[in-house]
Amino acid sequence: MVGEIAKHAAMIVHGEAWTTKELFTLPNEYIYWSIQIVMYPYMTGLVAGAFVLSSLYHVFGVVKLKEIARFSLVFSFALLPVAMMPLLLHLQQPFRGINVMMTPHFTSAIAAFGFVFSTYACIVATELWLVYRKFFVETALALKAQKDRGIIDSFRFLMFKMLTLGAWDIGHEALEKDHKACKIMASIGIPVACFLHGYAGFIFGSVKANALWMTPLMPVIFICSAVVSGVALCILCYVVVQEIRKFMAKRKIARWAKDPNAPSIEELEGAKHEEVMIASNYLMYFMIAALTLEILDLIFRGYTQVKSWDILREVIMERDFNKIFVLQYGLGNILPFLLMVLPGRTVRRTTIATVLVLFGVFMMRYNVVIGGQAFSLSFAGFMDYTLPIIPHDLETFKEGLFGALTVAVTPFVLFYFINKVMPAFLKEESTH
Amino acid sequence: MERREFLQKCIMVIVGASVPVSALTLIDPKKVFAENPQIQWAFLVDTNKCVGCGFCVKACKTENDIPFDAHVSRTWVERYVYTKDDKRYVDSPDAALYGFTESRIDLGRGEYKEIDKDNVGKAFFVPKLCNHCSSPACTQVCPVGATYKTDDGVVLVDRTWCIGCGYCIMACPYGARFFHPIAKVADKCTFCYHRLSKGLDSACVNACPFKARRMGNIHDKNDPITQIIMNERVGVLKDEFGTKPQAFYIGLAQEVR
Repeated sequence: MVGEIAKHAAMIVHGEAWTTKELFTLPNEYIYWSIQIVMYPYMTGLVAGAFVLSSLYHVFGVVKLKEIARFSLVFSFALLPVAMMPLLLHLQQPFRGINVMMTPHFTSAIAAFGFVFSTYACIVATELWLVYRKFFVETALALKAQKDRGIIDSFRFLMFKMLTLGAWDIGHEALEKDHKACKIMASIGIPVACFLHGYAGFIFGSVKANALWMTPLMPVIFICSAVVSGVALCILCYVVVQEIRKFMAKRKIARWAKDPNAPSIEELEGAKHEEVMIASNYLMYFMIAALTLEILDLIFRGYTQVKSWDILREVIMERDFNKIFVLQYGLGNILPFLLMVLPGRTVRRTTIATVLVLFGVFMMRYNVVIGGQAFSLSFAGFMDYTLPIIPHDLETFKEGLFGALTVAVTPFVLFYFINKVMPAFLKEESTH
Repeated sequence: MERREFLQKCIMVIVGASVPVSALTLIDPKKVFAENPQIQWAFLVDTNKCVGCGFCVKACKTENDIPFDAHVSRTWVERYVYTKDDKRYVDSPDAALYGFTESRIDLGRGEYKEIDKDNVGKAFFVPKLCNHCSSPACTQVCPVGATYKTDDGVVLVDRTWCIGCGYCIMACPYGARFFHPIAKVADKCTFCYHRLSKGLDSACVNACPFKARRMGNIHDKNDPITQIIMNERVGVLKDEFGTKPQAFYIGLAQEVR
């Protein structure tokens, strides 16, 4: 009996569980790339965007963004491992995933991803180390001086000792060198971050079989929307974390209970306002760029009217109209833009705008990935995607709502732990 | 060591090392060990002869262990019906595994359309399978090189190496690929490579009662299939993608995509 059920379950082809076919579609056509492939460019985009925001301070010296820049860098490090997660969850043979690094087949746009990604991870890690080296040394020295360390403090001492990598010099000259090196790493990091994400765009843009995906604009569109989503997420998290800190300062919990030098509520509020305003300006610039390119692509398709336009028009203008024009452009682009551009902008209004922007970019990824598979290669039929919500097997969990939520929540969990080792909000003098 | 001497030795080492390295590129093991480099398999479909019996699909699924109740197939047959009031209907219920036993058209979502017999302008069947393209988009995009083209022109998948990313499925303009429901890797028509290499016909060619499906060696000018491809008007599917398909069609209508 069990064997029979298993046999029956095995007969459900990958993709069949969430695809509804209409009119004439080829027998093997399903929505093979589902929610995890929506999450993949979304998460890499957040990584790249967060890094670009942090570079604004490190490379271009936008001093006013100092605090949010450090936060973004730590956050982008927390996001990094998560960019890989959706890919692994989506693979039919996840244990063979490492083959991409072992026998890369370089004519494939995915083959170099592992290498670009690792390079980028090294750059972010190096930059973080340079930023936090002084903190590591100071903490390690303080723990060393402590007479009787408990188990936890002994472990912390060992960890921070290791994190210094034996570089204990925190004299002025050494720190200046760190600062310089950090700037160099950040400036290498920007093109690599853009490449990482433009590359994700290339993976889609180079699929010649897919009429919606195939456009050379795809990598550029992806980079712009990546920066938009990354900056928006950093602003949002920054505001939320500052609110939590304000709450703690008011109630005098944690650090505020014992440390008289802890920032006061007014200090927190002032810093927050200024940083959010400047960061949201950058957010708007990138939003304009992203929207322009997306609309250009759409107009170009409508104007040239090649063979695929008939079916694309039906998908874009009729079947997915609400998803594209109402949710993505209306709610996710125009409304937040208005919220930010109308006079009397406040932190609260900007925060609401960032939530909408994040939603808008997610919808853009969704409309590209799922929308690109919404029509048949025969141009004579359509496929509808239904997100599996209640999982009934591993596949509907992995590629369903809960799989996507797992991916979305992980960076915040990671950030919590990384923040313990590399506090994103340090007093000025401890870091660069 | 003098600088001059050092440079001389350097040059000697470089020249010496480059000889075996260049030998590696001169001798391509793939070419040397190819079983039949003089063979290039091609497929010929005569759409005029196909009656939509579905024997080819059955034979293929049986031969290649594709479960009958799995809604995927390495080969399938499409039915095209044009009405006199200028409407076009296409379907392929269950990939034509059980043939076209009903006259109504499958519209998907459990809906069907019965067409008035007097209103039918023209109707025909088109068998489809992997085109084993000369420049395949699917092998290009495989990130691990698990799918490849053999020297005798057949595109294959290495089931032990495929990671199941689905990029090849996305890249194929013909919808010829799918995930095998049990092996959990990309799967596709192999031209029954295991039969070909033993001198047998592929399962679908063998099963076709009307010789609508045939195979031949396009490098052999005397092969009857090559003769037809050379001398008659044949077409290929979706040539705009530049994949150079090796499945040729007699009587191809422009609406067939």
